[in-house]
Amino acid sequence: MSNRPLPAADYLVVPDEGDPYLQGSRCSECDAVFLGDRAVCGRCGGRGTMRTERLSDRGILYSYSIVHRSFPGIVVPFVSAVVDLDGGGTVKGNLVDVIPTPEAVVFDMPVQVVYRDALGRLDSAGKRYLAFFFTPLPETS
Amino acid sequence: MTDAYVVGIDMIRFGRFPDRSVPNLGAEAALMALDDCGLRIQDMQAFYCGNLGQANRMVGQRILKEIGQTGIPVVNVSNACATGATAFREAWISVRADLYDLVLAVGVEQMGKGLLGGPGGSRGIPKEGLLGSGTMPAVFAEAGMEHSRKHGTTFEQFAKISVKNHHHSTMNPKAMYQVETPLDTVMNSEMISYPNTKLMCSVNVDGSAAAVLASERKVRELGLMDRAVRIRASVMTSDPWQERDLVMPDVNTCTRNAASDAYEMAGVGPRDLDLVELHDCFATAEMLHYENLGLCSDGEAGRLIDEGEVELGGRVPVNVSGGLLSKGHPLGATGIANIHEVSTHLREEAGVRQVEGARIGLTHVIGLGSCCGVHILEKAA
Ligand SMILES: [Zn+2]
Repeated sequence: MSNRPLPAADYLVVPDEGDPYLQGSRCSECDAVFLGDRAVCGRCGGRGTMRTERLSDRGILYSYSIVHRSFPGIVVPFVSAVVDLDGGGTVKGNLVDVIPTPEAVVFDMPVQVVYRDALGRLDSAGKRYLAFFFTPLPETS
Repeated sequence: MTDAYVVGIDMIRFGRFPDRSVPNLGAEAALMALDDCGLRIQDMQAFYCGNLGQANRMVGQRILKEIGQTGIPVVNVSNACATGATAFREAWISVRADLYDLVLAVGVEQMGKGLLGGPGGSRGIPKEGLLGSGTMPAVFAEAGMEHSRKHGTTFEQFAKISVKNHHHSTMNPKAMYQVETPLDTVMNSEMISYPNTKLMCSVNVDGSAAAVLASERKVRELGLMDRAVRIRASVMTSDPWQERDLVMPDVNTCTRNAASDAYEMAGVGPRDLDLVELHDCFATAEMLHYENLGLCSDGEAGRLIDEGEVELGGRVPVNVSGGLLSKGHPLGATGIANIHEVSTHLREEAGVRQVEGARIGLTHVIGLGSCCGVHILEKAA
């Protein structure tokens, strides 16, 4: 088909037209938010209560680690970040465009979800992938 | 229901034994535990065996092929880093249910070197370093940093936990390491995943530990009450839903739930504990569990380590064995090794690291994914 990249996560949607986005689902019974689609709520066990929704592209840094040693071939250091998205949903990814030191990485810093090539990684069929990253947002209003 | 007791318990010195087999390591601990109470494999009515690395390879039956194929029921269990505690708890359940009077529990593991955690799914492309990190040092660093964001916990406070546990292990001949590691050594060792340096990560070692459990009537009949350890509580929980747990495994809630159930079952509180062996897979993890187990109130964990309350000689010594950080962490063996340490103190057999007058102790393990096992043990005699 097209040479559109494949999504690097199953909750990342790369549409034919328009911008990529993160997809979640919310339980209409207990309001729990999950990544991707699902049939049954993991919080309340509700069946037929999950509604698919587009998650926000903005959030705040909840927690992180600065990774200096990883598996062979993985470029370090990088910031592994846990981000609470505005409106619900928590995702983990790399915080980029920031110096990977504890001084530069600040709890609650606002971040933007950005969509970029998956660091040049190809699968066994040679296909390209699109991944999501977090980049610091300037503090506004 | 009968009370259940530990009558025999022991562990091999943790280390690296690449030339031995998993069943052979387990067999050694099993024989040591049997010798500890003067019983034979022929006296055992059931056998619960914990191992992760060969979970589908009948490790328990292979142990019996080394020490005596008596034909008893064997159950092989696997439950991440709570595997040993799960085997022990299954043994406890069988005694409490009046099914058996004498049962054997073994935990055994042979580890490779290197980082734990998967490089990501087999489909598509590797996710490590692309969508954050899935290595265990990073996962537990993120859990520790959650404590930092709430309470201002510092890198130095996390590092002090490793100093303490390495110091304790200098007094434990069964620990992998017996080396003092001062604060600057810990903080300046290779940074693995901030704030966990290499010396703040548990040591991958091979090891095994085993216990013989008995019903109260059997303990009396055999005259073994003098050194027996009464199991006051045995609790296991899994992780209830938390809003972040799809990306941030929650080791806190399952521990809090297990601890409160265990205190209720035992009819004691955290203030009654003379010592604790908890799951310090990383220095950051130990900090969380001071609060999760109720050793202090929320936000006080940093003070606990700063003021020495959790050192040998302090109010509630934690990980006097040296913990996973320095005694070592052979995944499937850890849960029974922790019970061995507490039992050794309750028996007043811990030598220079003895917690004076210890009567009640608690053990805690976490298997990420998650499950939590807590046992409360009491000196019987
Ligand atoms: Zn629900």
